[in-house]
Amino acid sequence: MKKSILPILTVLAAIVVIWYAGAVWLNSQWTYDQAARAGVEVTFSEMVSDTLTQARPVLPAPHQVAKGLWDGIAGQKITSKRSLVYHAWITFSATMAGFGLGTIAGILLAVGIVHSRAMDMSVMPWAIASQTIPILAIAPMVIVVLASLGIKGMLPKAIIAAYLSFFPVLVGMVKGLRAPDAMQLDLLRTYNASDAQGFWKLRLPASMPYLFASLKVGIAAALVGTIVAELPAGATQGLGARLLSGSYYGQTIQIWAALFGAAILAALLVLVVGVVERITLKRKGMAQ
Amino acid sequence: MRSPVIDAKDLNLIFETNDGPVQALKDVNLSIERGDFVSFIGPSGCGKTTFLRCIAALEHPTSGSLTVNGISPEEARKARSYGYVFQAAGLYPWRTIAGNVKLPLEIMGYTQADQEARVEKVLSLVDLQGFAKKFPWQLSGGMQQRASIARALAFDADILLMDEPFGALDEIVRDRLNEELLKLWATTGKTIGFVTHSIPEAVYLSTKIVVMSPRPGRITDVIESTLPKERPLDIRDSAEFLAIAHRVREGLRAGHAYD
Repeated sequence: MKKSILPILTVLAAIVVIWYAGAVWLNSQWTYDQAARAGVEVTFSEMVSDTLTQARPVLPAPHQVAKGLWDGIAGQKITSKRSLVYHAWITFSATMAGFGLGTIAGILLAVGIVHSRAMDMSVMPWAIASQTIPILAIAPMVIVVLASLGIKGMLPKAIIAAYLSFFPVLVGMVKGLRAPDAMQLDLLRTYNASDAQGFWKLRLPASMPYLFASLKVGIAAALVGTIVAELPAGATQGLGARLLSGSYYGQTIQIWAALFGAAILAALLVLVVGVVERITLKRKGMAQ
Repeated sequence: MRSPVIDAKDLNLIFETNDGPVQALKDVNLSIERGDFVSFIGPSGCGKTTFLRCIAALEHPTSGSLTVNGISPEEARKARSYGYVFQAAGLYPWRTIAGNVKLPLEIMGYTQADQEARVEKVLSLVDLQGFAKKFPWQLSGGMQQRASIARALAFDADILLMDEPFGALDEIVRDRLNEELLKLWATTGKTIGFVTHSIPEAVYLSTKIVVMSPRPGRITDVIESTLPKERPLDIRDSAEFLAIAHRVREGLRAGHAYD
């Protein structure tokens, strides 16, 4: 751990330096334009300090994003519409609902595909085709159709999140349920085991490492799906809505704060799945 | 007269492959009596594993007749009349050693108390008493293979089929396990079918050695061993042992003279 901390900090410092340089470079145009309009000259140091403190910079400086993020997380009551925690909670709950739906759908489809040749031939191509359609194109249609049926709020977002997250779970579980080799299947035949016994005692436990690997991808995909679903809905709640309103009003700091909020949420979600994975596999003796 | 445990008459098995049909077994005739220890020896492709898999109803002969305990292999499989040990131990990594041995018992619906008792009994048979709670990765290859033998012994099958169970182990471990297997055979009285590549292993273990040769897979010689039932490891230096080993080697050579 100690050995890896230095390289990590080095990379982080490099990113911050490049970010500051980029902020100065991209925001300087505005500073010069303002100065020219007022008919004054700006020195280099004046220019630099101005580019890092603009209200609506092209690229906000790291400390501005950090402040925006801090304000959003700690500076507001968490029930306030200005609180990032509030918006993150809205997005999080839809993400979890969608992730749950997607995981269940993915597992059930995988079980069907592994046990039925007809399903193997018919479902898999559709599942793959479903992921080639850009989610940005399909999300507004789903939202609009469901809204016309009177379904609003969390469910449409969860459906889009599920649409994205079922696929990695499906692919991982098909691979996992097929992981046992011919010898292990032969062994069960020598016991005259039923298909159900083969599933519960061999295929399902053997698929666990594959399941967790795909759950990590699936939960991140569910978050992306939820945020995308919050964009076209005219939604006023959620990190996606926060991104959208930020871009409406040119509030770049708000956009970046929401972006980082989403990134932190994604990291936390994947981390939690990772912890559950480690505990489960350890208890099952599959990790040392 | 007692009927043989395994009886094959004019058994043929032809695999249809992309390169045309392959005769895996040709006119195999063999009967195995109760309590026999029968080794199948021969080069790769001679059909020794295929024949064992036919007995286990994992392969199905194209023609001829084969009975196991007087019934068809498929019925015998459904009656769970044999235990099968594969070349690799194939233990489930998510189960402890005891859990692995319990697997067939759970599938066959033994009671919880019976399961516990049987696990304890067979683990001591293969000398793994202290390892019930360990996971497979905590055991050496030889111990894993012993656990897989325990798994095949856990339920009441009077036939034990072993497909090169010690093939992947080094010779020192193999010698020990051979000795233990003979003891096991003596205490349980099971009928054992044993596939191997090794001449000394076949001669040391068997009451009957079946020499096979490839293309097509067939039996070239069946040798009834004259060695006593009690066999210390150094019996392998005796003249009698070497004479049998010589005959096995001759049989293998004769099989190769065809091509």
